[in-house]
Amino acid sequence: MASQVGLDQETFETFRNWRIKRAEYAKQWKERTGGKIIGYFCTYVPEELLYAAGILPVRILGSHEVQDVTEPHIFAMFCPFCRDCLAQGLKGRFDYLDGITIAQSCLHIRQSYTSWEKHVPVDFSYYLPMPHHVQSKHAVPFLIKELELFKAKLEQWLGRKIEDKAIEEAVEIYNRNRQLMWRVFELRQGESPPLTGEEAMEVVLSSQMVDKREHNAALEKLLGRLAERTTDRPTGTRLMILGSEDDDIEFIRMVESCGATFVIDDHCTGTRYFWNNVEPNSNQLAGIAERYVKRVPCPSKDWPERTRVPHVLELARKYDVQGAIVMQQKFCDPHEIDTPALTKALNDAGIKTLFLEFDVTVPIGQFKVRVEAFLEMLQEDDLF
Amino acid sequence: MSNKAKYKTAPLKCWKKAKELRLKYYDDYAKAHERGGLRWAGGAWTFSAIPSGLGEDVVSLTSEPYGASIAYNKEFSLRCLEATEKKGYARDLCSYMRNYWGSILLDEYVFGGPFPKPDFLWQDHICCSHAKWYQVVSDLEGGIPHFCIDVAVGPYEEVAPHKVDYLVAQMHDGIEWLEKTTGRKYNDELLIEAVKNEFRSTSKWAEICALNKNIPAPLEEKTMYSLYVLGTLNKHDKSTADFYDELRDEVQERVAEGIAAIPNERCRLMSDTQPPWGFLSIFRYMEQFGALSVGSLYTFGLVGIWEDKPDGTWGPRTTPMDQGIEIKDRDQALRLYADWMLSKPEWQHFYSPHIKTEMMIRIAKEWHLDGVMLHYNRGCEGLSVGIAENRLGLIEAGYPVMAFEGNMGDEREFDEARVKDRFDAFMETLDMKK
Repeated sequence: MASQVGLDQETFETFRNWRIKRAEYAKQWKERTGGKIIGYFCTYVPEELLYAAGILPVRILGSHEVQDVTEPHIFAMFCPFCRDCLAQGLKGRFDYLDGITIAQSCLHIRQSYTSWEKHVPVDFSYYLPMPHHVQSKHAVPFLIKELELFKAKLEQWLGRKIEDKAIEEAVEIYNRNRQLMWRVFELRQGESPPLTGEEAMEVVLSSQMVDKREHNAALEKLLGRLAERTTDRPTGTRLMILGSEDDDIEFIRMVESCGATFVIDDHCTGTRYFWNNVEPNSNQLAGIAERYVKRVPCPSKDWPERTRVPHVLELARKYDVQGAIVMQQKFCDPHEIDTPALTKALNDAGIKTLFLEFDVTVPIGQFKVRVEAFLEMLQEDDLF
Repeated sequence: MSNKAKYKTAPLKCWKKAKELRLKYYDDYAKAHERGGLRWAGGAWTFSAIPSGLGEDVVSLTSEPYGASIAYNKEFSLRCLEATEKKGYARDLCSYMRNYWGSILLDEYVFGGPFPKPDFLWQDHICCSHAKWYQVVSDLEGGIPHFCIDVAVGPYEEVAPHKVDYLVAQMHDGIEWLEKTTGRKYNDELLIEAVKNEFRSTSKWAEICALNKNIPAPLEEKTMYSLYVLGTLNKHDKSTADFYDELRDEVQERVAEGIAAIPNERCRLMSDTQPPWGFLSIFRYMEQFGALSVGSLYTFGLVGIWEDKPDGTWGPRTTPMDQGIEIKDRDQALRLYADWMLSKPEWQHFYSPHIKTEMMIRIAKEWHLDGVMLHYNRGCEGLSVGIAENRLGLIEAGYPVMAFEGNMGDEREFDEARVKDRFDAFMETLDMKK
């Protein structure tokens, strides 16, 4: 499907190519640097530690293709995303990985990791027991100890120490990426955002697949171009999208072809990935632990308080959101449990919502009808 | 193979007492306020001994057994599930949770009367739905204080001091929170007593399950559900620990006298995950073939605490009291309690299905099994996690496996006739006839 946005495509070509040709990029990176690559299954993995060890962390995502290889491994009541991810491993599409890792999050994606570990042999595999009770003051000390174990395991595998200096540098590079991403996203607050939701998603997704140094350089170039970018594309209705893992570019493109622009999101493939920095700390691991415990949480860790609700409302206010699409991967329990409370909070704040359930492939035609009706309803609100 | 009676059988003498204890538990909860006591709600796996330090009049309603009790009452369950769905909650969420929320929404207690609102929520978290369950309970009830302990620190084979410290630190916070929330002074003596009861009851239950290694098996799983349930309600209570002592003695007697659970035992199976509670009759159907389920990792390890014995077999974990450890203070009690709970077999598979497969193969060997029935349970993501890998692992180890889909607490997702057909086919492959 051709892009409907009518903007210069080359601005985002680099990011788009990185996403689409992720395997090619990874193989070239390996050849170029001689480094190792580790695939990770959840954004709670402290990438800084891997990067400091000279490893390229790449997120394992699905392909949005119907597949028939995971049925013997993951019971069909678990989310389509976790099955799609595993399918990539079983089909050999990540044959460039030297290792895999996961930081404890939901039960669904955990199964992609545990089945991959058994059926797609890799040299290195590590399950990081990321605490769930992130609102407890004891979560950070616990995670520091776990990071020490993770670091030791990596050192043993690599046969060399991961120096503090290297961690410090990795943290700087990652923080720089977050700051640049923040700046790109801030531009979306304007009346006429210089980038679409589709383009924003390309930027974040590619950042999960390539060397952050290169991504930073591309972001700096992008920021320069965005400052001058003018668009004849009407912004239309300002939307937010939030929910489970979402890298469905096709869906975003379809919605934005209907007279709307996504101006902000709350996704682990969006803001949740880069929203929080590692704050300076004389103990590098403590700084990293603090960042991952205090980041905008996945709902599986958002308890006993629902801290995501005020965060989402604040995003909606700052980005002047008129409506929100609340999506979830089918069977995603943590999001399913939060959806009624989150929807109520948005509705109470005067923001109407459209709920959509995603599968590996989405029925674009049917969803388009629902999205158009939703946008029509929001536009009627503007009239009266 | 002959399907004639080979063994003598007899009803359990303590059966009536088990039923009475269960009903008393639900009645005590409903009437706690009339008696000036406090009510709390939380999961069957929560550290239930800890609120006991608030006084002997503090009673609980554990969520999963309550959801199962509703599921057994199909008419009420359907009303609960529909009330929950009407409120906007997804139909594929944990069916215990949906039954439980429905009971609140309808304001009906399955044991009669209105739903008795808890005074506080005391939960633990290893499954994605655990803490979230009670966030919603609090929403539905207009706000109830909620404390939850994260226990997901990794498998017990990797236990380390900082992992136990993390749990213990949360427990200490929890006790402070309990005092603040209830306005009561905490009594460490009561805590120590409750923790000791829990060590006794959970170790004893494992001992009872281990007796089922005998041929013929003195118990079958449908009966065991009515017995293990006490450990999911009140595992920290003296009444449960005492009852399991009595039950162990009786089961030992049955073994000594050759009393079987079913007279025609000739095919020994195990199940997995919670059964479809509205359709327990399938276990009776199995018996027509001379087949029985001698238990499961679920029945053995949901409540029971186990260890490797010197002879290499799996048996009840030796309690700290039996090791001669004297529990002197709060911190020591909590530390021992955390370590004890972390070794719970049913917590291990949350990190890897392969650990669970190893435990299942061990059961299959030590309990002399002929096959395995896996309930692909759409009602519980926590216990169905990794089940497909368990199937592959068991087949690889040479055990015949029958998988059937269903739901422990939502009868709309269980096709009884189809499951019986599948069981017939499974029996045929094992050369078993009615």
